[in-house]
Amino acid sequence: MSAMILQELKPFYGKRQAVKAVNMELASNQITAIIGPSGCGKSTVLRCLNRMHETIPGATATGTVLLGGQDIYAADVDPTMIRIKVGMVFQQPVALRTRNVYENVAIGLRLQGISQRAELDAAVERALRSAVLWDEVKDVLSKPGTALSGGQQQRLAIARALAIQPDVLLLDEPASALDPIATASIEELLVTLKQRLTIVIVTHSMQQAARISDETAVFMVDVGQNQTIGELVEKGQTTQVFTQPSDPRTESYISGRVG
Amino acid sequence: MRTFNYRRRKLTDQVMRGLSALATGCAIIPLIAIIGYVLTIGAGAMSWSFFSDVYQPPSSAPEPTADKPAPAYDPNDPFADISVAPIDAAGNVDPTVSVYNAAPRGGVLHGILGTLTIAGIGLLFALPIGIFAGIYLSEFRNERYATIVRFCCDVLSGSPSIVAGVTIYVLVVLQAKQFSAVAGSMALAILMIPIVTRTTEEMLKLVPETMREAARGLGAPVWYSTLTVVLPAALPGIVTGVMLAFARGAGETAPLILTVLGSNVISMDIFKPMAALPLLTYRYTESPYPGENTQAWGAAFVLMMLVLLMNILVRVATRKAGGNSR
Repeated sequence: MSAMILQELKPFYGKRQAVKAVNMELASNQITAIIGPSGCGKSTVLRCLNRMHETIPGATATGTVLLGGQDIYAADVDPTMIRIKVGMVFQQPVALRTRNVYENVAIGLRLQGISQRAELDAAVERALRSAVLWDEVKDVLSKPGTALSGGQQQRLAIARALAIQPDVLLLDEPASALDPIATASIEELLVTLKQRLTIVIVTHSMQQAARISDETAVFMVDVGQNQTIGELVEKGQTTQVFTQPSDPRTESYISGRVG
Repeated sequence: MRTFNYRRRKLTDQVMRGLSALATGCAIIPLIAIIGYVLTIGAGAMSWSFFSDVYQPPSSAPEPTADKPAPAYDPNDPFADISVAPIDAAGNVDPTVSVYNAAPRGGVLHGILGTLTIAGIGLLFALPIGIFAGIYLSEFRNERYATIVRFCCDVLSGSPSIVAGVTIYVLVVLQAKQFSAVAGSMALAILMIPIVTRTTEEMLKLVPETMREAARGLGAPVWYSTLTVVLPAALPGIVTGVMLAFARGAGETAPLILTVLGSNVISMDIFKPMAALPLLTYRYTESPYPGENTQAWGAAFVLMMLVLLMNILVRVATRKAGGNSR
């Protein structure tokens, strides 16, 4: 089963096409890793999956992205509704300033009009437990979110995204600003989370992709005479991609010859 | 060779450092001189009644008391007007005492209340417009329109304040055939709006883009992430801008001359003329009575203290409100 299907997805920055048309399927309840060198458009493609791409001034995308059979790029779709179903965690751990730990998680619920204290309490605890953060923060819920460590803030961001129970969770290099111990805890968390939702993770670390992902998509930069453009060169089972890549560019990338 | 270069570089560094320190000194000399001068001379006007009383005409007559009431007015007596007649303690006209040398009497309470009212209402006009315009410029980028608005703001904040006064004089005072405090507030609002707009914009831009994305990634519309995430994070900076705007408005004289006119009594009717500290300073400076000249410095001193006090109060208040932010 595919949670999302990308058909002829072409992201643009102004008039410049950033990535050649992408066609791929993202399997349900699996972790799909997107790897590739800098500038290959992997973050751009990820941001297209919940229409965050277009929040950058001048950025647009064409093509079709099916989420549960519905095209999220259809004309009558409100992008904010898509972002509720497809959550996102960013590279820099973000604790919302002026909000305490509890409110950092509750913001998405409040946005949906949930204001009953008991309902909020239960949902916040559930989200923090899912993010394996509850035991560390249950006594400091009223402390500012910015007081947590970097690794805790990133799990706080994941809890915030999980609180509204999305179908898909997108992570844009979630561990690249963290130390190895915090990275390990995030990776462990993602592996347990895939039972409940579909995960797409952009990462610079091939080891990370190999450790946690079920499928891997490899993007490369195509340096043309006039413009550089990203391109999906390979997508398959992670073990397959890392042991018997079908594309020579993938092989040279994962063996460390380029990128 | 190497030593020569090193010594030369070190010398250049010291010279440049010295010049910078000198320039900084020159820049703060006027500030210190003004504050010092206002403090020294204005302190001479300070007394309890300066804060609790309104305008009193200069007079050499003693303050009337219960056992010595003010003498009854006699229309046939050319010196009967107690405000100008030199009258001694016994109630007799004393030709050796001149009203010219009379000690200053009365206070500037009407000016304090007037300034707070006029600048306060001006801020009420300027805050919503300025903050929403700042939010628009920073959060809803329509670059062409934003560039125009930004340019107009900068021109407006650089234009002489008398222009705002004349504009309101023509558009409001002449139409209503009435000088009024609210017209003064409008003139001050024109001067405050660009300050509030630009500081709001700059402070919102300092909030990291990652915070906006975090909120938007949850499906928050722009207005929601702005109001609940971005604006609170930028609040301390915006408050500073608002205080700057208040200080600018409270200190303006020229637009008030053309709009609120001034008053000698406490008047809280915002559709009538009102007193204001800068107006009192201006009026008393022109006065022929040395006592009132001193009071001009006093009024300037009170104005400075008022702005300072407001600043401190608002800062303490916002620090408490946003206390868990740091």
